[in-house]
Amino acid sequence: MKHHIEGSQAVAHTVALCRPEVMACYPISPQTHIVETLSRKVKAGEIGNCQFLNVESEFGALSVLIGASAMGARTYTATTSQGLLFMAEAVYNAAGLGLPIVMTIANRALGAPINIWNDHSDSMSMRDAGWIQLFAQDNQEAADLHIQAFRLAEELSCPVMVCMDGYILTHAYEVVDLPTQEQVDAYVPAFEPVQVLDPQDPVSIGAMVGPEAFAEVRFLAHHKHVRALEAIPRLSQAFQDIFQRRSGGLMDTYHTDNAETLLLALGSVNGTIKDAVDELRKEGWPVGSIALCAFRPFPSHALRHVVQDAKRIIVFEKDLAVGMGGIVSSDVKMALQGLPIIVDTVIAGLGGRPIPKASVIDTVKQACLEGLEEPHFLDLNWDEINRELTRQQAQRRSGPTAENLLREVGPPGTKPV
Amino acid sequence: MSYQRVKFYQTGTFTVGNRLLDESDRTVQARMDRTNSLNAGHRACQGCGEALGARYALDAVMRATRQQMVAVNATGCLEVFSSPYPESAWQIPWMHSLFGNAPAVASGVAAALRAKGRTDVRVIAQGGDGATVDIGFGCLSGMFERNDDVLYICYDNEAYMNTGVQRSGSTPPRAWTNTTQAVGTNPGNPMGIGKNLPRIAMAHGIPYVATASVADLHDLEAKVTKAMSIRGARYIHIHVPCPLGWKSDPAHTIKVARLAVESGLFPLFEAEGGEVTDRTPIRKKVSVEQYLELQGRFKHLFHPRDERALETIQAIADANIHRYQLLPLKA
Ligand SMILES: Cc1ncc(C[n+]2csc(CCOP(=O)(O)OP(=O)(O)O)c2C)c(N)n1
Ligand code: SF4
Ligand SMILES: [Mg+2]
Repeated sequence: MKHHIEGSQAVAHTVALCRPEVMACYPISPQTHIVETLSRKVKAGEIGNCQFLNVESEFGALSVLIGASAMGARTYTATTSQGLLFMAEAVYNAAGLGLPIVMTIANRALGAPINIWNDHSDSMSMRDAGWIQLFAQDNQEAADLHIQAFRLAEELSCPVMVCMDGYILTHAYEVVDLPTQEQVDAYVPAFEPVQVLDPQDPVSIGAMVGPEAFAEVRFLAHHKHVRALEAIPRLSQAFQDIFQRRSGGLMDTYHTDNAETLLLALGSVNGTIKDAVDELRKEGWPVGSIALCAFRPFPSHALRHVVQDAKRIIVFEKDLAVGMGGIVSSDVKMALQGLPIIVDTVIAGLGGRPIPKASVIDTVKQACLEGLEEPHFLDLNWDEINRELTRQQAQRRSGPTAENLLREVGPPGTKPV
Repeated sequence: MSYQRVKFYQTGTFTVGNRLLDESDRTVQARMDRTNSLNAGHRACQGCGEALGARYALDAVMRATRQQMVAVNATGCLEVFSSPYPESAWQIPWMHSLFGNAPAVASGVAAALRAKGRTDVRVIAQGGDGATVDIGFGCLSGMFERNDDVLYICYDNEAYMNTGVQRSGSTPPRAWTNTTQAVGTNPGNPMGIGKNLPRIAMAHGIPYVATASVADLHDLEAKVTKAMSIRGARYIHIHVPCPLGWKSDPAHTIKVARLAVESGLFPLFEAEGGEVTDRTPIRKKVSVEQYLELQGRFKHLFHPRDERALETIQAIADANIHRYQLLPLKA
């Protein structure tokens, strides 16, 4: 049924319908509304015998799920930003052990400077950990992806992160078609673990592996992701059959046919990008866009197929590989190796900086007419940067960079950003 | 051909041969129907106190749960010497995740069991002193504070042994380790710092806390068995000499452990709900010197004699004796 509902509530409601058995959570903005809602549902007995643990840290939260999952329970948590970094060791461990944990990432920037607003630096920091990473474009998809995530994780015995933009999605009220228990039950079968701690059939899980087999174990983890490339579109189709709407899949394409220039991005900014595409098309620019849903595994093959006739791809990404440039665009370049396609990197939306449609349109025109430097930073305030660089050159003890910049920019709202 | 002379009795100890005891008092390991959590063939050093302590402790859990148990292990010597694939020495469902998260992983196992409505299977977590008092301390405190149904066992060999003997928060004053070298004006580990985890556990007010030693395996088994009769968070801290890290003779493991107890440096007690309920009195008090001099890690205290250090360590032992009333009070 359709509800006008906050993104976090929609996700919490949907996760509850997936019948998790153990959840362990630690609060961090902007994830809090999700876990608060789930804790209430558990306490009210709305999720059967589900256990909700208030733990001492994110590292503890994921570690609890590692134990619970190995014991054969369906497990869930949510975090973001510093919380994801704090659990990093367990993030790799859960994937290495092949435990089908589902975790929401309410995407947020990484400090320092501490910043609670949205970008994708947090998920990107864990992109090689072995988790499947799916990015939602809107709150309907955020909710739907969780249903698909439990089935995908358990089918492959591989953990899945569902990434949704912090605040932009988690705190936005939109109309979301919430599924029924019957629909979810029809889609997500009972959890049948591939490995379990069972006194009737004792196994050792997580023991040491030496050089003689480690590479093969890693290859098999990679192979799981290769299988996921087939499973993700199949499960998206199966989802559509039951829920009568399209959600997920490897990617979502918009006016890609006959497009010479394609914009590519992850997450909610695709709404703005689609509007920009509409406007550019009206002006006669042959553009289209791709919303990548699956970032891990990276759908190289499918992407090559979709973009083969394009001349240019402009990747808008909310992250920065400091000292290098784009993270997503690097993967795109790798995927398109050998094709005569220019790939531009546009670093945008860091720490919650808005990505206005006008800036997107200007950047596309600039790229097509003059080309872009690599990487291109969207809407940088060059006056402030140059002032700070000059200050740093003039005096050794130039002070904390962030404070200096803020002093120049002034309190929020006093100057346009 | 070389041969080893068999000794039937340890002289100068209180050990009694099993055959002299009533059947019911005999150590579990002497029984025909004993359990065997940790099989022979693992890779611990000769005389490893941790291997001995773990086998007795987990066998007691196996018996108490009729083998319906799961063990979670922190990274460390015990994990490494017992588990390399495909030669796991464990005869029980056993899981290793990380160095610092064993208490949380065990909380997860307990939560899964609760979710599935299973009361028959129980979970224990175990780790070395480093895993327990240092890196895993946050998770451990969380597990205590939530009173999760987990027995956590710490095998205290007083340093990070698996990485080659470095100092932990449980390394005793003046001990040599590779990061507290016996050089300079105050050789070895600095005086006056370190963590007493049994007392910190008690401060959480959890149902059961006990200390035990491989010098008294009967007592160890009894405490583990008692712990398993209780629900909620429980903690047992076992003193386990490490011949490699302590530079002691592998044949002296039990003797060294006993001297730690009899000197008062490692008091044996039980606590329930944060209050001490029982202690094992010292039968024949020895000086701390007798304990220290068997271990190469304290060699620098004797060559030349460091009277001040020896007096300070003796004072620590005497304070323990007083605090836990380990000797009959003098009239
Ligand atoms: C996060 C992390 N830091 C450091 C290590 C390296 N490490 C592995 S075992 C170990 C020492 C274990 O010491 P302890 O817990 O006392 O157990 P012991 O080996 O002495 O029985 C260390 C430092 C690690 N595996 N993980
Ligand atoms: S180093 Fe010490 S704790 Fe580790 S196996 Fe050897 S004796 Fe046991
Ligand atoms: Mg140790």
